[in-house]
Amino acid sequence: MIRSDVLKTLIPIISDQLVVANIGLPSQELHMLDDQPSNFYMLGTMGLASSIGLGLALAQKSKVIAIDGDGSVLTNFGTLPTIANNTANNFILLIIDNGSYGSTGDQPTYAGMKTSLAKVAEACGCDNVIECSAEDTAATVQAALDGDKMTIIVSKCESGNIKVPVIEMDAPVIRHRFMTEINRRNA
Amino acid sequence: MSIDKQILHDFIKNEIEFVTTVPCKQLAGVIAELEASKDIFHIPSNKEDEGMGLCAGAYMGGKRSAIIMQNTAIGVTINTLVTLIQYYNIPLPMLISYRGEIGEPVACQVEMAVHTKALLDQLNIPTYHFHNRQDAEELDVILNHCFMAKKPVAILTDANFWQGA
Repeated sequence: MIRSDVLKTLIPIISDQLVVANIGLPSQELHMLDDQPSNFYMLGTMGLASSIGLGLALAQKSKVIAIDGDGSVLTNFGTLPTIANNTANNFILLIIDNGSYGSTGDQPTYAGMKTSLAKVAEACGCDNVIECSAEDTAATVQAALDGDKMTIIVSKCESGNIKVPVIEMDAPVIRHRFMTEINRRNA
Repeated sequence: MSIDKQILHDFIKNEIEFVTTVPCKQLAGVIAELEASKDIFHIPSNKEDEGMGLCAGAYMGGKRSAIIMQNTAIGVTINTLVTLIQYYNIPLPMLISYRGEIGEPVACQVEMAVHTKALLDQLNIPTYHFHNRQDAEELDVILNHCFMAKKPVAILTDANFWQGA
């Protein structure tokens, strides 16, 4: 299974959740599969999906899923100690770990070599870290949503991409639509 | 009122509830006040671009946010300022320790100081420079302006400002 296959299995579970989607193909794939006002698409700024997700989770009550990538977590490693030390039990960080920089041509990342992101997250102090297979990802995310504990999930999948259109929506429109939906949920 | 308390007072008056910091010696007093505040959630970040991500998330979650950092961070955060904060129209007050100005003991800090205003100017970021203690009297309206405009705003605070504070 490649990332887009994993995302497809996730749609029934995350469609009604607040989702912060990582830059590039993860945002574009989610947008193509299931565009929702509850989705925040990152059009730029590699590495910050987990930070945006944590800030959002700390600021309000609804559950938040940040869908990140191994390359993006590697570029913002400082996020893991911040997550570990600022518990938000409504926050799930899902790292789709395909061992490559998918949006730029599948160049290999160190997460696909000797570096274990799950072990790094644990070493940073994160309490509920689960590494799972691509096939088990949907069930693992569902279990995390059912529990009320901040959870880091590292989903190990294969490298590879499908063709997806770019997102035409303007950034302030994405932001405004997302905030309106958050307000509605927390009203 | 100490300058540190006054800054916190103006933050709270402008309904800022979420502040991230990357420390600087000059900012130690403000950071200590933040940590002690019951009105503001203080979340230290490891790098300023990470902090801006946290602030963007908190803002979308309904909490006005701000970042406190050194001017060296301008070099770190240009991409984040442009592709996240500006691109999505997110208001972000940046209280910045303006290292490398007159009174600076560390020569290397001058290297970034000479670029600071030029970079902010290039990024079209409204910039205010606090050099004397009374300059801080404008902080309240600067914060108000920032949230009205939904833009990042830089408040540079130099060594003379902190010594006179």
